Amino acid sequence: MQKRLIVNHQLLDIMVLRLCHQLIENHGNFSDSVILGLQPRGRQVAQRIQAKLTSILGTSVPTGYLDTTFHRDDFRRRETPLAANATRIDFLIEGKKVILVDDVLYTGRSVRAALDAMIAYGRPANVELLVLIDRLYSRHLPIEPTYVGKSVNSLQSQRVLVEWQGQEVEEDNIWLITKNED
Amino acid sequence: MQELSVRHLLGIKDITKQDIQLIFETADNFKDVLNRPIKKVPSLRDITIANVFFENSTRTRLSFELAEKRLSADVINFSSSGSSVKKGETLLDTVNNILAMKVDMIVMRHSSPGAPHFLSRHIKANIVNAGDGTHEHPTQALLDSFSIREKYGEVAGKKIVIVGDILHSRVALSNIFALQKQGAEVMVCGPSTLLPKYIKELGVKVELDINKALAWCDVANVLRIQLERQQMKYFPSLREYTLYYGINKKMLDKLDKQITIMHPGPINRGVELSSDAADSHHSIILNQVENGVAIRMAVLYLLASKNKI
Repeated sequence: MQKRLIVNHQLLDIMVLRLCHQLIENHGNFSDSVILGLQPRGRQVAQRIQAKLTSILGTSVPTGYLDTTFHRDDFRRRETPLAANATRIDFLIEGKKVILVDDVLYTGRSVRAALDAMIAYGRPANVELLVLIDRLYSRHLPIEPTYVGKSVNSLQSQRVLVEWQGQEVEEDNIWLITKNED
Repeated sequence: MQELSVRHLLGIKDITKQDIQLIFETADNFKDVLNRPIKKVPSLRDITIANVFFENSTRTRLSFELAEKRLSADVINFSSSGSSVKKGETLLDTVNNILAMKVDMIVMRHSSPGAPHFLSRHIKANIVNAGDGTHEHPTQALLDSFSIREKYGEVAGKKIVIVGDILHSRVALSNIFALQKQGAEVMVCGPSTLLPKYIKELGVKVELDINKALAWCDVANVLRIQLERQQMKYFPSLREYTLYYGINKKMLDKLDKQITIMHPGPINRGVELSSDAADSHHSIILNQVENGVAIRMAVLYLLASKNKI
């Protein structure tokens, strides 16, 4: 297995700050907007975005976490079933502008499941997608992000790993991992 | 995520503590789904489930049917009354005919102990035992344990007394297995005529005095007195049973501790449980019903995930 660093912690910090300013440009003071982090890995990104927005705006942006496990289209197609995570949405999304947040956009199937899962909580005014990493040329569905941290051209045999400080690692980093092919 | 160690849910005896834990963790998520504005997920949209009931049932069948529909499964219902079973068709032929309609899972209730086990040896579909005679009723035991876990945070170390007709109760047997696997202490209490002769060999305490049993336990799971069996005369009269084993609010208030009352339903109000006890703050009977749907969703979901496409 080979690991190649594609975003270090300083760059990741700058990237999150840039994404926050892009969000402020479109959502102002977030009076009609909410953030939904897609469980499990989008949750961390959403928390980072929320913390940075709070420090810039001085007010807390409504942020929730959405689990898509039961809405996925690969049930009974995976070797091991996915464990569901908690959904926590303490606000109404009816008529709100929703920003879905995830760490990596790959095939688009998770986002499709998220759109499906989200509808159970109401009809948003519109939905945007924010991702830290967009893996180019790998989409299975016509889904594209509104806000992108970094676009990466990767092979199907590779995967992107986003590490956050405190989760058994010392600093935030994003890696491109290549499995050794025997 | 781990998988269930079994392809069928035939009884609690056949599953592990880890299986129970996995079912509970999955049911936690489904309980969340049931409290959403739209209480439905598309997980089992490509699965067809047959509810095959050879014995009367109201709440178990409704609970299973609702769980199946909440998971977006296609559902067909079969009950033996008014069916070809009355014309002499065998159990295996009946089920094979249903399976020929491309059914993936069978939820079965039967009056004969071991009927789902027999079927599991002959058919490929996943089978969920919804009660087989006086043998087991696994989903009821799971929802009972889940309700205790919800109330107390964990089942391990809790003292649970099962009160009433232990002899004829599949709920009692499944509960004993489930609670012991999770590290709870179990006692049974009832008239000696309604306690199986070798019940102590299951590692449970036996108590004939209801007041002593209530003083010992954290949770009392009160079983229905099966009025349909009373022609056998296991006790002189219902009135006498109520006098010696009926639980009322006065008895509960006398205890200097918090106690939880459970009942698998349907309640014979004024027989095994008075109305003021059944409707008191001690009771979690309606929570059990709500949890039943989440538990059954979890069981169906996890069994379906064993069948890879």
